[in-house]
Amino acid sequence: MIWDWAFAFEILPVLGRAAIVTIEATLLGFIIAALLGLVLAVVRIAVPWTGWTISVLVELIRSTPLLIQIFFLYFVLPKFGVVLDAFTAGVLAIGIHYAAYCSEVYRAGFDNIHRGQWEAAIALNLSSWTTFKDIIIPQAIPPIVPALGNYLVALFKETPLLSAIAVLELMQTAKIIGSETFRYTEPITLVGLFFLAMSLVSAALIRSLEGVLNRRTMR
Amino acid sequence: MGIRTLVGMLVAALAVIGVLATQEAYSLFLPGLLQGAVLTIEIALLGSLLAVVMGVLAALARMYGPAPLRWLATVYVEIFRGTSALVQLFWLFFVLPQFGVSLDAFLVAVLALGLNVGAYGSEVVRGAIQSVARGQWEAATALNMSRAQMLRRIILPQAFVAMIPPWGNLFIELLKSTALVSLITLSDLAFKAQQMNQNTFKTIPIFTLVLLMYLAMSLVLTIGMRLLERRASLGLARGRAA
Repeated sequence: MIWDWAFAFEILPVLGRAAIVTIEATLLGFIIAALLGLVLAVVRIAVPWTGWTISVLVELIRSTPLLIQIFFLYFVLPKFGVVLDAFTAGVLAIGIHYAAYCSEVYRAGFDNIHRGQWEAAIALNLSSWTTFKDIIIPQAIPPIVPALGNYLVALFKETPLLSAIAVLELMQTAKIIGSETFRYTEPITLVGLFFLAMSLVSAALIRSLEGVLNRRTMR
Repeated sequence: MGIRTLVGMLVAALAVIGVLATQEAYSLFLPGLLQGAVLTIEIALLGSLLAVVMGVLAALARMYGPAPLRWLATVYVEIFRGTSALVQLFWLFFVLPQFGVSLDAFLVAVLALGLNVGAYGSEVVRGAIQSVARGQWEAATALNMSRAQMLRRIILPQAFVAMIPPWGNLFIELLKSTALVSLITLSDLAFKAQQMNQNTFKTIPIFTLVLLMYLAMSLVLTIGMRLLERRASLGLARGRAA
């Protein structure tokens, strides 16, 4: 028997609990990515001399594998006295990795704001903090929401990497079930189906969100 | 980022590796890591080749194929884009043998990464073909070309230029994904790093070298794709499509 339904149903609750860890890691990682990315993009504009440093930093983060970055945070930080548990180190690494990608998305959003908006803000003597908070960000964010959404899905699909530092998320749990029972077919296939379902649903959500945002900006 | 900055970064990365190699704490690990890097490069090259082939085939099947082929290509693209690369790698490595198909780890790595990136690539190819002006199709029809001739002689050479930058990004993704193959027992760069780290606990030198080596490989790839793009679009601007 290649596929055992009874076994599949038996492991479903265990995988379900692990799926919660996966979703937690996704959401926390994305919060870090979205906020840190925004900070990087704003600092780059607000403090011009940081531009070169930030773009080199972004290039460094984007050119090296996430897996190595996860190992780096998990194994190297303790040498400097910062001991993080696997979940925290992993989520932090994923968040920083995707912050580099998100900062480029925000930058595209800022570049799309008409020059006159910046000039008007200067003419009205607004501080650069108020300019960003009340003028630029409210206009720049809605058009880039779909792009950020795509990175959320991409980040979600990277969370299995956390299994490499033994975080008990979906993939790690599936591997443990596999090594205990010598049945890999059901756990790994179920994990794959879970990712497929979530990705398809979120892709559909992003498409409809895009439609809503387009209609709003068309008005 | 300009090509000069990229070349500057590459030179800097190689210089740092060179300087570190003179230190005994670092040079100790270099031979093993280089061995791993060779495997990483092999997998990346073969995977990229498979990705391009799959990308073009899936895009053509989805656009011009008969219904069953179109359906098959769509399922392929959705499955490989919808699940994560690591799940695909594990599925091919652990589950496929239970259906009686045992592939060795190297083949699994190339297959999984190539098929994964190929699925993303098919969208790139599709977009690039659709970006070729309608008039080109009409002119080719007027010249009485067959569909295959049109694609081969008129459309694909022009679409090729539009494809280069997004394929460059995908190749970088693939290169970075090769780190995952360390989890299915292949001794690539990431695996060597892990292994040496467990044996010696010299975490900082090992991972610094590994990050620099991946950086150098990515930069070589980025610079290469930029040069290719420059060359290919030069040809178009002069009106003699590549």
